[in-house]
Amino acid sequence: MSSAIKVEELRKSYGELRAVDGISFEVQAGEFFGILGPNGAGKTTTLEMVEGLRQPDSGTVSLFGESPWPRNPRLLPRIGVQLQASAFFERLTAREQIRTFASLYGVPARKADEWLGVVGLEDMADKRNEDLSGGQQQRLSIACALAHGPDLVFLDEPTSGLDPQARRNLWDVLRDINSQGRTVVLTTHYLDEAESLCDRVAIMDHGRILESGPPASLVRDLDAPTRISIESGVLTADAARTLADGVEVSDDGVSLTLATRTPAPVLSALAERDALRGLSVRGATLEDVFLHLTGREYRA
Amino acid sequence: MTGFVSLSAAMARGFFRDRTAMFFTILFPLMFLVLFGGLFKDSGASKTDVLQIGSVPVLEQLPAEAAAGIGQVLAVERTDDRADALEQVRKGDKAAALEQVGGELIVHYSAADQVKSATVQGILESLVQEANLAAAGVTTPALKLSAKPVEDESLKAIQYMTPGLLGWAIATGATFGAALTLVTWRQKKILRRLRLSPVPVTSIISARVSVSIVIALVQSAIFIGVALLPYFGLQLADQWWGFIPIMIAGTLAFLSIGLLAGAVAKTAEAASAIANLITLPMAFLSGAFFPLEGAPEWLRTVSEFLPLKHLVSSMQDVMVRGEAFSVTLPDIGILLGFTVVLSAAAAALFRWDDA
Ligand SMILES: Nc1ncnc2c1ncn2[C@@H]1O[C@H](COP(=O)(O)OP(=O)(O)OP(=O)(O)O)[C@@H](O)[C@H]1O
Ligand SMILES: [Mg+2]
Repeated sequence: MSSAIKVEELRKSYGELRAVDGISFEVQAGEFFGILGPNGAGKTTTLEMVEGLRQPDSGTVSLFGESPWPRNPRLLPRIGVQLQASAFFERLTAREQIRTFASLYGVPARKADEWLGVVGLEDMADKRNEDLSGGQQQRLSIACALAHGPDLVFLDEPTSGLDPQARRNLWDVLRDINSQGRTVVLTTHYLDEAESLCDRVAIMDHGRILESGPPASLVRDLDAPTRISIESGVLTADAARTLADGVEVSDDGVSLTLATRTPAPVLSALAERDALRGLSVRGATLEDVFLHLTGREYRA
Repeated sequence: MTGFVSLSAAMARGFFRDRTAMFFTILFPLMFLVLFGGLFKDSGASKTDVLQIGSVPVLEQLPAEAAAGIGQVLAVERTDDRADALEQVRKGDKAAALEQVGGELIVHYSAADQVKSATVQGILESLVQEANLAAAGVTTPALKLSAKPVEDESLKAIQYMTPGLLGWAIATGATFGAALTLVTWRQKKILRRLRLSPVPVTSIISARVSVSIVIALVQSAIFIGVALLPYFGLQLADQWWGFIPIMIAGTLAFLSIGLLAGAVAKTAEAASAIANLITLPMAFLSGAFFPLEGAPEWLRTVSEFLPLKHLVSSMQDVMVRGEAFSVTLPDIGILLGFTVVLSAAAAALFRWDDA
């Protein structure tokens, strides 16, 4: 496999603030890659340097073996970008909007119109973008990024502001374009999304990559306990602690939760006591990995 | 090429759907025209209207040069209805009616307007004398009367104002159009988005240029159309359409001013403030609103450095003074010079985004 993106020791400072502080990663052609991180971690800055919108202070970026900076006309038709802040022409309808963008890439109007259908905006085609809802604008912006069939797609928080239906539908769209061999890079705050879509993720904070790899192996490496919950009042906390060795118990009045690294004996002990009412078992998720790596404090 | 076309379409749609922009580029200058055109309807040098009954060889056989001289002071209209002609003079609609019977030139005039009838009589008397001298074989008379109104250089208000206000409207439209497109497209991140598409910068710029030229043509059509209404009574010169090249050169010059303002300004408010600061004083100093003929020497010197002066004076020359298109060539050159210098500066200061 050839690499679609190769980033080495990339840095960018805004005055004193080191927004991106020496990051390196590689994305293979056809891969689905996610960048995760708290607000202000440097995700957007990284993407913009990779796309060629910002000049890095130091380090190198290469897309398909070419540098995106300065503006590289050979690369531009091959990449599609949805920016975190949507950019639309003023006072144009959704249809005019996507047709205009598509035509910049030589894509015919008919094909552009199809993309309105793909993101479920046919009924909104004649509405001006100022009159679309936030989520509808977001979908239009994604359609504008994808209409010319780019080999490499950058999406900065594509599902922020989308309702659950739109989010799932967009996942299908993204899986579909990825299965056509296109490389997709996205940032997101929804860790279930990253877990479900991405072949590989990088978790960033303070301008650095803390960890990267396939979501499943990051979760496995975290070696976090499984959390078994039952309805409060079925079992006392003290009784629960005696079920097996090394069980951490907490009761918030709604659920009693047992955290254990050996869930099987705990579950069978609960079954023996007929204490399974309201049972739910939750293994560690990417969210646990994320919080473990980046902590729980608010970010600026 | 498709990029150029679709960007032009996007810009044009954005403009024609923007009520504020439409108001300030088209309706607002038109309000000036209607207001001043109405107020000063009857001021300025006006020709004396006379009627010619049937054939009047003395007038018809004048040499071209002399005919043009007469044409500046007398508006001669031919009619064959003698009774009606006399009636019009009686009512004061015309200053006089001329009739030639054999060797006799008869001037019918009304005593009501003595100034006008005296003017007509004076001019015709000199004509008759010249004709007599010519008949007597004197080709170069010792003394010759040539009639010229003292207001020769000035024009009737509407004649003056239409090109003046139109020039100002075009200048404002082009300056604001370029400055605001640049700033709002930068602020709304459209420029960054375009930067990521394979469209060449030249397509973006030429789209703006062509949209501005279309807007200038629309402004011209509306302005001229309104001024031609009988109420305002604009009289266009024969080759009035020769103003189109100078108008395009003017649009380019003011576009480059706008691009420069847009490159410097960070917000739309700042961009319009700069654009206003440039175009409004310029309108007063360039003779767009009132003639510079009576203005002090220093002001006339200053005006030579203002692109609007060159735009307006050339437009007046061609549209209403009846000059040929070729007299505008020097001004076209000057305006294109402005364009080259200012757009080079704008290109040097160009930014795709604020960050
Ligand atoms: N144009 C700018 N000028 C100055 N500082 C900036 C600029 N853009 C970003 N920053 C700062 O750089 C840091 C990284 O910003 P960035 O937008 O890359 O974060 P992010 O990971 O995309 O955050 P989010 O999840 O909120 O989108 C932040 O602290 C931000 O305040
Ligand atoms: Mg961001």
